[in-house]
Amino acid sequence: MFDYHEYFRSEMMPHMWCKGCGNGIVLKALLRAIHRLGLSKDRIAMVSGIGCSSRLTGYVDCNTLHTTHGRPLAFATGLKLARPELTVIVITGDGDGLAIGGNHLIHTARRNIDLTCLLFNNQIYGMTGGQLAPTTPEALFSTTTPYGNIEPNFDACRLVQAAGGTFVARGTVYRAIPLEKLIAEGIQHKGFSFIEVLTTCPEIHGRRNKLGTPAEMLQALAKTTLPTGVIHQASGPEYTEAYDGIIAKAQGRT
Amino acid sequence: MRASVGLMQGNEACARGAIVAGCRFYAGYPITPSSEIAEELARLLPQVGGKFIQMEDEIGAMGACIGASLGGVKSMTATSGPGFSLKQENLGYAIYTEVPCVVVNVMRGGPSTGLPTSPAQSDVMQARWGTHGDHPMIALAPASVREVHDCTIRAFNLAERLRTPVILLYDEVIGHMREKVELTDPSQVAIVERPKPTCPPEVYLPYKAGEDDVPPFVRFGEGYRYHVTGLAHDERGFPTQNPRVVEAHQRRLHRKVERHRDEIAAYETFMLEDAEVAVFAYGITARSARAAVRTARSEGLRAGLLRPISLWPFLDLEVGKLAQQVKAIVVAEMNLGQMIYEVERAAQGRARVAAYQKASGEPIHPEEILAALQEVR
Repeated sequence: MFDYHEYFRSEMMPHMWCKGCGNGIVLKALLRAIHRLGLSKDRIAMVSGIGCSSRLTGYVDCNTLHTTHGRPLAFATGLKLARPELTVIVITGDGDGLAIGGNHLIHTARRNIDLTCLLFNNQIYGMTGGQLAPTTPEALFSTTTPYGNIEPNFDACRLVQAAGGTFVARGTVYRAIPLEKLIAEGIQHKGFSFIEVLTTCPEIHGRRNKLGTPAEMLQALAKTTLPTGVIHQASGPEYTEAYDGIIAKAQGRT
Repeated sequence: MRASVGLMQGNEACARGAIVAGCRFYAGYPITPSSEIAEELARLLPQVGGKFIQMEDEIGAMGACIGASLGGVKSMTATSGPGFSLKQENLGYAIYTEVPCVVVNVMRGGPSTGLPTSPAQSDVMQARWGTHGDHPMIALAPASVREVHDCTIRAFNLAERLRTPVILLYDEVIGHMREKVELTDPSQVAIVERPKPTCPPEVYLPYKAGEDDVPPFVRFGEGYRYHVTGLAHDERGFPTQNPRVVEAHQRRLHRKVERHRDEIAAYETFMLEDAEVAVFAYGITARSARAAVRTARSEGLRAGLLRPISLWPFLDLEVGKLAQQVKAIVVAEMNLGQMIYEVERAAQGRARVAAYQKASGEPIHPEEILAALQEVR
């Protein structure tokens, strides 16, 4: 039996996520994926931004970096360039990664640097109390759309694919085992891997919009009309390897 | 690299100094008048096995520097006014998480887009207080091409030694000016590395400082698994809201810089020994001040110059001493009053403090400072 505690920082428990939150399912899928790949905790760096999902890094016993709002991909880019031998996993949310950090997502995908980015999409700014996110469905309510949301939301996977990401996938917290496999595939992929995880926020988002119990919200994810699984995979020059070519050129070795 | 004599631009000297200091990572974003630093390092860094990346914005550049530094690589970014504004949040992150790095701000006229190709000294207070929250700050202000080179090395040494970002502030004139410089043989330059832990990983506390208030640093991936967060954190690096822990951490951060104040402090005096009036000036303005002092002397006015090379922490003691000696201090700066408030504070009314200020995008000329000196004699 796989022991999660081997990867947890027990002194950080209990975690700060609400009862019924889907984030714990992603965390456990991530830990199983790491275990499945046999990665050493010493050689993994996890980098996150700000928000509910980004608190994940505090709970995992590896090299963890909880950065500023929207910027984890930028921090991770510097870290990966400095230490290409580390497996760098980025944890972000829909607000962190698509709103304030959207530009970094586009350009990190374009560079095809070998990072694995898990974007937790819960459709809302949960930590700050339920404000509109770029992923909140039209007509739903949030604390900043008291009359209903009039903004179309966007498809993160299509964005990353268009920007040049070479591994694009979508999973849900309803299907935890396929999610684990997607994460493992993403980590193994050489280049920028992006996995959007549809997760649930029953406490802040679900209650306001009468989306049902936590279990009902999970079941609703099973019926998502969005494509899931590996959506796009391509090969292309990976950034840190390409930069090694620059070093060779600058040193007159080519 | 050998010791060299040649015609060099300030920004080029900054890039060269960074290489000598051991900088092996640069992340930046194009902005006048600092772009030559990026261009030069894009060329030089891969030659020495280092890495350069042009990021999508200034915020990302600052973030990438912090990430690379946590990876154990000496890192730098350079910018100018508008970009300096964008770097502020992550600059505060680096201060709070104690990640060494060097941030260069080649000052141009502002606010806003302002005067991209003209000099100013109007970011000196932003350097001190630009990021939110209480924080200590170290900033150096070179006044020549040679000094840009040396201050860049010093900035890295201080950043590594004290685990904190160091800001290098100079104006557009210093950045773009070319002058003859003689650089020290790099093998003769003292290079400082960040303090490393001597304990095994099991007992390592990333934010437990020794007697000098500087916690030992170990790069990511060495078996010392730890957490770094911009939230208030305890010695383990984990978030805390414990008032005592938060307060103790804040105070240690400040103490860390204050107790090394003498190690950081750098200044030059010119003809101050018997001076009755003095100029306080930094950067390119100090060079005009030096000429003004010389002319004043030839006209029988006993003038002198105090030129701070370290702007932050402020040279309270030195200015206080000067205020006891002279009748008046003329604070000449290319802004409408920034460092003058610090001079007034340190002078404590013991000398008259007068301003010579200019915000036109032109450097201050020696005659202007001379006239200001004659007025206060």
